[in-house]
Amino acid sequence: MLDDFFIRALLAGLGVAIVTGPLGCFVIWRRLSYFGDTLAHSALLGVTLAYTMEFNIAFSVFIISSLIALILIQLQKRTNLPGDALLGLLAHSSLAVGLVVIGFLTFIRFDIMGLLFGDILAVTLDDLLIIWIGGPLILLVLRLIWKSLFASTVNYELAEAEGLNPDRAKAIFTILMAGIIAISIKMVGLLLITGMLIIPAAMARNISDSPQKMVVYSIIGGVLSVILGLFSSLEFNTSSGPSIIASALFLFILSLLNIKQSIKLKN
Amino acid sequence: MSSNQNILVKLKQAGFCINDKWLVKGVTLQIEKGKIVTLIGPNGSGKSTTAKIALGIYKKIDGEVEKYTNKVGYVPQKISIDWTLPLRVNDFMTLTENLKAEAINEALSLTGVIHLKDKNLGDLSGGEFQRVLLARAISKKPELLVLDEPVQGVDFTGEIALYELIKKISDKLNCGILLISHDLHTVMSATDHVVCLNGHVCCSGTPIDVAKNNEYKALFGEQASQILTRYQHRHDHIHTDKGEIKKN
Repeated sequence: MLDDFFIRALLAGLGVAIVTGPLGCFVIWRRLSYFGDTLAHSALLGVTLAYTMEFNIAFSVFIISSLIALILIQLQKRTNLPGDALLGLLAHSSLAVGLVVIGFLTFIRFDIMGLLFGDILAVTLDDLLIIWIGGPLILLVLRLIWKSLFASTVNYELAEAEGLNPDRAKAIFTILMAGIIAISIKMVGLLLITGMLIIPAAMARNISDSPQKMVVYSIIGGVLSVILGLFSSLEFNTSSGPSIIASALFLFILSLLNIKQSIKLKN
Repeated sequence: MSSNQNILVKLKQAGFCINDKWLVKGVTLQIEKGKIVTLIGPNGSGKSTTAKIALGIYKKIDGEVEKYTNKVGYVPQKISIDWTLPLRVNDFMTLTENLKAEAINEALSLTGVIHLKDKNLGDLSGGEFQRVLLARAISKKPELLVLDEPVQGVDFTGEIALYELIKKISDKLNCGILLISHDLHTVMSATDHVVCLNGHVCCSGTPIDVAKNNEYKALFGEQASQILTRYQHRHDHIHTDKGEIKKN
């Protein structure tokens, strides 16, 4: 069964969607969508590193993304530039450096489109293994830091005063972000990963009244987007990564209709 | 004061400096089980900063803080909650500690907001939210309660009731309370120890001791002195025509 490329794609997509669901909620709550973008852009550098050093792609993307996150924290401490400017600086310069490095590597033929927009249909058994080991690991760690991370998202000082550890939770969360980007880069590509993180979570926000519900709906939304996107890409012969994101957008629009209805009901 | 076992937090010459500006300096105080310590002082005198030093929120501080408990309830002065979070009162109650439903209901009933349990936090009024904050802080039965202007925005009758509740909680739970309040009536009637701040400790002691203190009078002016006379009328100073205060 796993021999079929479509089944592999489906399993990979579902594995990623289950992890992006809860992480995406935190990305929205903590206003980190641009931060996610920056880590994703830096992934290109990680991919080129993987090719030159003959590393595993997921592993080297994870290393480079974590490194970029560390650099960001240092820059925030040492300069007076606003956070979004620093993120833009890191996102685009790491993307540019990645592309320049690719230019030097004339001996390797790169599928740039595949890197930018993902190629879920080319997922191998090894990739599946990484997703289904790495994914649950990320979820487990998130579960462990949930209380501190969530409390400090609501209010940092309350969390700190009442004996939780918000700083450690934030650092671990950054590593988890690098982790999800590393395991999903091959599927949705570096331009669309943030979409996978925030669109299902944004959809979930529209229809939930508690954080737990939002996480559950976000996972369901991601899973549905993957199924809908993959089958429609098979049906209409469109590229799979963008089809998944477009499906997520479709679900988001549906959730907006739901809001209008509930407002009507209230009045 | 009393035996060391009762001490929950001890500040020794504590101060906090940010961007070369001292927010507060040289504060020495201690909070004990079952006692209410109140910080008073004008705006910008370092009351909230002192509370945050005691709570361990500020880490790079001058002097020393010794904290002997981890069971802390905190009502901050300002709290900005991001409404991108779908958060009901019930979710907010278990923010830092998992609680049983009875504990949540009891605390919400005590502060009079049990009917808001399933409401979204963003839909509450300022006074309602303040009551929820107080309920959250007491629901976990803390050993140390830090209340930074806990009744701001609460209606007049509610204010009195909540201060009575705070006093009751301190007796019932035998917890130490660090209270920041502008209401001098309350401060003088319900407090065991008053610390008067103005960037440093101006004076401290029992309410009556502080009321007698000239620095206190100079800081709070005539009105405050008049409030105090209701508790202990001892007019031991004269007011000059320049508004200054002279001791007899």
